[in-house]
Amino acid sequence: MAGQLKEVRNRIKSVQSTQQITKAMKMVSAAKLRRAQDAIIQMRPYAKKLQELLSNIVSNTEGGSAIKLAEARPIEKVLLIVITSDRGLCGAYNSNIIKLAKQTIHDKYAAQLKKSDVFIWNIGKKGFESMSKAGFNTNDAYKDIFHHLNFETVQKAAKAAIKAFENKEFDVIEIVYSEFKNAATQRFVAEQFLPIPKTAPIKGAKKSDFIFEPEKDILIAELMPKILNTQLFKAVLDCNASEHGARMTAMDKASENANELLKSLKISYNRARQAAITTELTEIVSGASALQG
Amino acid sequence: MILEILTPEKKLFSGEVYGIQLPGITGLFEILDRHAPLVSALAKGNMKILKTKTEFEYYTIQGGFVEVLHNKATILIEGATQV
Repeated sequence: MAGQLKEVRNRIKSVQSTQQITKAMKMVSAAKLRRAQDAIIQMRPYAKKLQELLSNIVSNTEGGSAIKLAEARPIEKVLLIVITSDRGLCGAYNSNIIKLAKQTIHDKYAAQLKKSDVFIWNIGKKGFESMSKAGFNTNDAYKDIFHHLNFETVQKAAKAAIKAFENKEFDVIEIVYSEFKNAATQRFVAEQFLPIPKTAPIKGAKKSDFIFEPEKDILIAELMPKILNTQLFKAVLDCNASEHGARMTAMDKASENANELLKSLKISYNRARQAAITTELTEIVSGASALQG
Repeated sequence: MILEILTPEKKLFSGEVYGIQLPGITGLFEILDRHAPLVSALAKGNMKILKTKTEFEYYTIQGGFVEVLHNKATILIEGATQV
């Protein structure tokens, strides 16, 4: 009886210490999430203005101009940029992104996969580990972006991707990442990065007599890579925020589960304790009555 | 006129200024009050903000764009450090 009591007590202690860890991780993630969200909000005006600028130029141009980065070629070689996190313990977050990446490859690029013309650049350690184990053609050159997350490091990856597209090393480039909705929800998306998908002109573009310096075509050519840089940066920031959000909810759930487990453990601990007392009492009483008799 | 400087990481500057000197791709130029609408690409170089006629601030920029419309200048750059 006493042995069972001790077992339950040890169990309770270990659950309590695990719960302490999950609670602490939740707090840390909440703080990091706030910072990550701030970063997204900070970059929004820049991204918006950049888009506006492009539509201003385009709407002031008569006739479409040929943009090299928007040229659709027959798809032979495919590049997927898969953004995951560096660390685990964030629920199904990483596995969902990897699942979407694999699904995209099998659904859209099965023919290219057979010729092993599907390439993957991983950002984040988890995705890299899992996808190289699954036998995909991975590249870890930009794996460690999350170590120093700033615009410059992301820009390097974006520039390399744009250059590879221009050199026809790849015919289509997609980014697989998770869009940040709120702390509890992420939306997993595969987005075409290059060639630039055709978008409808944004309404409210101003028709003013702008002075363009240099000519519009050169301006557009300068503007395009900047927009792409920003797009990848936004994806990385979104992923960063999603990761912390996912971890926060996962750790919250874990703490809750620990609470429930503790409750039932405490009940069985008390039962065992009461049973021990009852047997002790019966032993004493029966011992005493045996002496009297 | 109103000046706004935006980078992907944060809003760097926002406020009323007298003028700005910018390194355009084709050469250095200056924007003063009531400038005509303009869109220009910027090269790497130094940017000078004239807060008033006599008070200056200098930045080193990585290249980007400037748009002037309705007496408001918006500068989009990918990175800048104050000198």
